[in-house]
Amino acid sequence: MKQSSNNQKKRTVPLIKQEGFQLFLCNLPFLILIFLLSYLPLRGWAIAFFNYKPGVPLANSEFVGFKYFLRMFQDKYAIMDIVRVLSNTFAMNFLGWITAPIPMIFAVFLSDMNGKWFKKAVQTITTLPHFISWVLVYAVAYSMFSVGDGLVNRLLMDFGLVEAPINFMIDPSAAWIKMAAWGLWKGFGWSAILYFAAISGIDQELYEAARVDGAGRFRLMWHITIPHLIPTFFVLLILSIASFLDTGMEQYLLFANPMKLSKLEVLDLYVYNLGIAGTSYSYATAVGILKSLVGIVLLVSANGLSKRIRGVSIM
Amino acid sequence: MAMIKSGKKRMPMSDIIYNAVCGIAFTLLSLTCIVPFWYIFCISISNNQLVGMGQVSLWPKDIHFNNFINVFKLNGFTDAVIMSVLKTVIGSLLIVIVSMFMGWSFSKLNFWGRKFWYKYVVVTMYFSAGMIPVYLNYQLLGLTNTFWIYIIGFVSPYYIILCKTFIESLPPSLEESAKLDGAGIFDIFFHIILPLSMPIVATISVFAAVGKWNSYMDTKMYIRDSSLFTLQYILYNYMNSATELAKAMASDSAAMQGVDLSKAITATSVRMTVAMVVTLPVLFVYPLFQRYFVKGIMLGAVKG
Repeated sequence: MKQSSNNQKKRTVPLIKQEGFQLFLCNLPFLILIFLLSYLPLRGWAIAFFNYKPGVPLANSEFVGFKYFLRMFQDKYAIMDIVRVLSNTFAMNFLGWITAPIPMIFAVFLSDMNGKWFKKAVQTITTLPHFISWVLVYAVAYSMFSVGDGLVNRLLMDFGLVEAPINFMIDPSAAWIKMAAWGLWKGFGWSAILYFAAISGIDQELYEAARVDGAGRFRLMWHITIPHLIPTFFVLLILSIASFLDTGMEQYLLFANPMKLSKLEVLDLYVYNLGIAGTSYSYATAVGILKSLVGIVLLVSANGLSKRIRGVSIM
Repeated sequence: MAMIKSGKKRMPMSDIIYNAVCGIAFTLLSLTCIVPFWYIFCISISNNQLVGMGQVSLWPKDIHFNNFINVFKLNGFTDAVIMSVLKTVIGSLLIVIVSMFMGWSFSKLNFWGRKFWYKYVVVTMYFSAGMIPVYLNYQLLGLTNTFWIYIIGFVSPYYIILCKTFIESLPPSLEESAKLDGAGIFDIFFHIILPLSMPIVATISVFAAVGKWNSYMDTKMYIRDSSLFTLQYILYNYMNSATELAKAMASDSAAMQGVDLSKAITATSVRMTVAMVVTLPVLFVYPLFQRYFVKGIMLGAVKG
C-alpha cells in the first residue's frame, strides 16, 4: 500500500523537483567533462586515415584509407621497428612475471619473524621507493651508478675491485634486466602489502593444528601460507596480462639514451617518439589505435580467464 | 598471554637461526631502499669541493646548508616549487571532493539514469583514445600550456568506485533523518557524508597528492612555458641535460666570484640538492599515512 502511494506521489512531482534529477544536474558538469576528456578524443582516430599535418583541417587533408595500418605489416623498416618494440614490451612483461613471486616470498618470510617493531620498520622502509617519482629513481640511479659521483663505483674503486669506474648508466648490456631490477626495487615492498594483508587473514587454527601434527616452519609456509596466497597471486598475474601493452613510458623515457634506446623503446615510447617528439602523427595514431584495440581484446580475454578459473570477474 | 609465553619458554635454536638469517637479509634489503637517499642527503650538505674529489660517501663532511639556499636562487626554481605545491594542493582537493560527490551520487538509487551514467563513467577506465588524439584534443580545448593541464583530470573512475564502495557501507539512516529536517543535497553531502567518510578521504587525498607531486610527463608533453614548470620536471631537466643545468646556474655565476669554493654550487650539488628537495615532502608524509595506503590498496583490491 505504502509503496504504491509513494510511486503515485513521485509521478506527480515534476522532473526538476525530484531529488534524483537534481542530483543528476549537480553531476552534469563532471559528466560533460568526462565526455570532453575521454570520449571526444576518439574523434582523433580519424587522423589515422588521412595524411594529417598540424594546422591543416582534416577536410583539406588527403584521405589515405588504411595506408598507415598496412604500413605496420608491409613496410620493411616499419616491420623491423614493430618487431623490435614488441619484443622489448614482451621482454619487460616477461621479466615482470618471473619476478612476480618475489614480493610474495618476501611477505611470507618477513611475517613469520618475531619482533613486531622490526617487521613494521622493514615494511615501511621497503614501500618508500613506491612513493617517489621515476625522475627521482633516475636521480637515485645516477647517485649510485654514475661514473663521477656514483657511490657504487666509488666503493668498487676503494676496495680495489675494479681498475676504472664502470659506466653502468650508459652501458647498453643487460638493459632489460636493469630496467626490471629498477621496477622491482620500486615496487616489491608495495606489492607485498597485499600479501601481508592476505597472510593476516589466514585462520591461525590451521597452523595450530598442523603444528600439533609436527609440521615445521617451512612446511607450514609451503602447505598453508603459500596456498592461501595463490589466489591473490593469480589476480595480479591476470591483471598484468590485461595490461600487457601498457608498460608505461616514464621509466623508459628517463633511462633511455641513444645507445640503449633500441632496447628500451617499448610500445608507448615508440608512439611518443613518432608522434609527440617526431612528426608522424597519422602513423603514430594508427599504431595507437591498434594498441587500444588489442588492449581491449586482452582485457576481455583476461576477464574471461579469471571468470573461468576463479569465477570472479576483474572488470 | 603472548608475553607470558615468551617469558616462560625459551626460543628454540631453529627459531633463533631463522630470525637471525631473515633479520640480516631484510636489514640489507631495507638498506638498499634507504641508503641512496642517505647518500644524496650527505652530498647535499657536504663540502662541495670534497664531493667533487670523491671523498664523501656515507657520512657528510664539513656540513653546510648553502646548497639549499643556492638552489632557491636558480632561475625558475622558486616558481617551480610554487607550481608543484599549487598543482598538488588544488589537484588533489578537486579529485577528493569530486570523487566523493560522484561516488555518493552513484550510491543513491534514485539518481536519474544511474545505471547508464555509472557505466558511462566507469568504462573510461578501460579504453584510451591514445597518446596523439588525446594530445590534439587538449590542444583543441586550448588547455595546452596552461595550469589547467595539471588539474583538469579530476574525474577519476577508480577513485569514484572506491568512494562509492565506502559510502555504501555507511548506515543510510543518518541521511534519512537529515532529509526529514529539510537538508538539501549539498547540506547532506558536506555535513553528513563527508565527515563520516574521513578514512576514505584520507586515503584518496594521499594517493592523489603523491600522484600529483610525482608526475612529470604532463609537463613534458603539454607545457612549453617555463613559468609553469614543476619541480619534478626541472629535476628531470637538470638530470638529463648539462646545458639546461648550466642555463639555470648562469644567473649565479656573477655572484659566485670570491665565494668560498667549498660552498659554491656545482652540477652535482644542484642535482643532488634538488633531488633532496623533491624527496623530503614524500619522506616526511608517507610513514604517517602508511596505514591509509594499506587501507586504500585493500579497498582497491575489492572491486566496486
